[in-house]
Amino acid sequence: MRSLVISLTSEFYKSRKTLAFWSAILLPLAICALMSWGFINQATKLANDPAPILWFRYISAILGVMGVLLLPVLVIYNTYAITNMEYKGDTWKSLFSLPLPKLSIYTSKYIYIVFLTFITMFLFAVFIIGSGHIIQAIKPELEFSDYNPNELILRFFSKLFLSSIGIISIQFLMNLIWSDFLKPFGIGFLATIMGIITANVKWKYVDYLPYAYPNLTVHKIMESKGDLNKMIIFDQGIYNSLICGAIVFVIGYFIVAKKTIK
Amino acid sequence: MSNFAIETVGLTYNFGMQTVVKNLSLQVPTGSIYGFLGPNGAGKTTTIKILLNLLKSPSDQVFIFGKDINTNRIASLKRMGALVEQPAIYSHLTGQENLVNRCLLLGIKKSKVAEMLSLVGLTDAANKKAGKYSLGMKQRLGIALALVSDPELLLLDEPTNGLDPNGIIEIRNLMIELATKHHKTILVSSHLLAEIERTATHVGIINKGELLFQGTINDLHNLSKPSIKIEIDDFEKTIQLLSATTEILQQKGNIITIAFKNKEDMANINTLLVQNGIKVYTIGTERKDLENLFLDITSKN
Repeated sequence: MRSLVISLTSEFYKSRKTLAFWSAILLPLAICALMSWGFINQATKLANDPAPILWFRYISAILGVMGVLLLPVLVIYNTYAITNMEYKGDTWKSLFSLPLPKLSIYTSKYIYIVFLTFITMFLFAVFIIGSGHIIQAIKPELEFSDYNPNELILRFFSKLFLSSIGIISIQFLMNLIWSDFLKPFGIGFLATIMGIITANVKWKYVDYLPYAYPNLTVHKIMESKGDLNKMIIFDQGIYNSLICGAIVFVIGYFIVAKKTIK
Repeated sequence: MSNFAIETVGLTYNFGMQTVVKNLSLQVPTGSIYGFLGPNGAGKTTTIKILLNLLKSPSDQVFIFGKDINTNRIASLKRMGALVEQPAIYSHLTGQENLVNRCLLLGIKKSKVAEMLSLVGLTDAANKKAGKYSLGMKQRLGIALALVSDPELLLLDEPTNGLDPNGIIEIRNLMIELATKHHKTILVSSHLLAEIERTATHVGIINKGELLFQGTINDLHNLSKPSIKIEIDDFEKTIQLLSATTEILQQKGNIITIAFKNKEDMANINTLLVQNGIKVYTIGTERKDLENLFLDITSKN
């Protein structure tokens, strides 16, 4: 456990000055800022909407942008950036020649990528709530404060986060196998496009395609229309994402354990 | 307890169909500076990677301080520090941050960082990004990273690569100091015998994956037997006089080379030649230098 904690601390220390770390923070900030600006400009059109609808419009606009394309791309980029640090400096050999279990090194990297995705989702939730209230301060006719969206946002972003676990594991595995950017990114991006198409056409096997899960989650959120009773976090898609994540994680460990540093 | 910091027993390693290390039996005594010599591509780096368990060896073939590396990986690595090939550093971090990161991973106090930077002469460049370091500076940082945990056994793979003459001397002195004052065992690989000769107490010569020589530096010197080189005016008569009692090693123009027994014998030969009317222009002993000896050894396989 101690090895895992020190490996995780090191992951943070190494990556804190990289684009991967800052994109996890700046992406939600930038998207929320842009969306707020759009809402402020459209204030007269939206002024008659009741607070729950207003919140749902605001959240779903952000979710639409984020869940469909940006979340998979962010995951693809983050997994690449965190593993590439080791390829770029040829540091796998020094990591594996340290008195640390290979499982700790492997798990800490995986957890750190999951953590970065979690931070992005968490910040989205925080920035959405914050920016909603800022919009009202600037345009009082948009009465965001008449409704408490916290639980709705918590459920939406928890579900979206969990739906990305399968992709994180697959991308992580690909980045362990290949040191270059093109193969994991190309395959990941193609699979994301495939996920979007299959989710949109409601392909009957879509529940088995991890890259479609964020998109399916967005569909389910839109269909719920903000009704908390219809918003179940753990459904088949999320279970599949977690099962896929766990299986690929275990396979990845055996690949790392056998990894030779030529 | 084993007297060897490193011991390999008939170690063989293949990359696919190609055998890179053949039946290698290294014995690195504790407290020694072991020069691991061989031309480029001889299998030195592969051996070092096996010693670090970066490449999997069969069980019971690699022992670090008497323990099998495969079953005691973490315990063995705790006692080792290494610099393998080019230094493994994070180019987006400064030299200091690279060392702090290593301290974090090894659970060492960060106060060691300043000490290491000073030891390798990088204090002034501590806050410069490591990616902007020269090759020599990167090499120094790599050595500092290997030393930061104060390991008992250091594996240095061509540590003077890219260093200027002053840097080479500093590293050489550092190795001697670490072995003599701090009782470290150092395995240092190189393809330059001259470099190893000045620091090593023991030498292993490898070529094409095979260990061709292993012993102390004196054992290596002893391999090179001295000979007597004589320059004379009458070649035929000299051969006639000497061939009955002495082994003629080489004949070239008016110079002949014969086996050296002792100084007395050399004086007698000189007297014999002069008394028989042969002019002796020069006579003296000659020892093959280590560089030639190294070339001789490595050309055998």
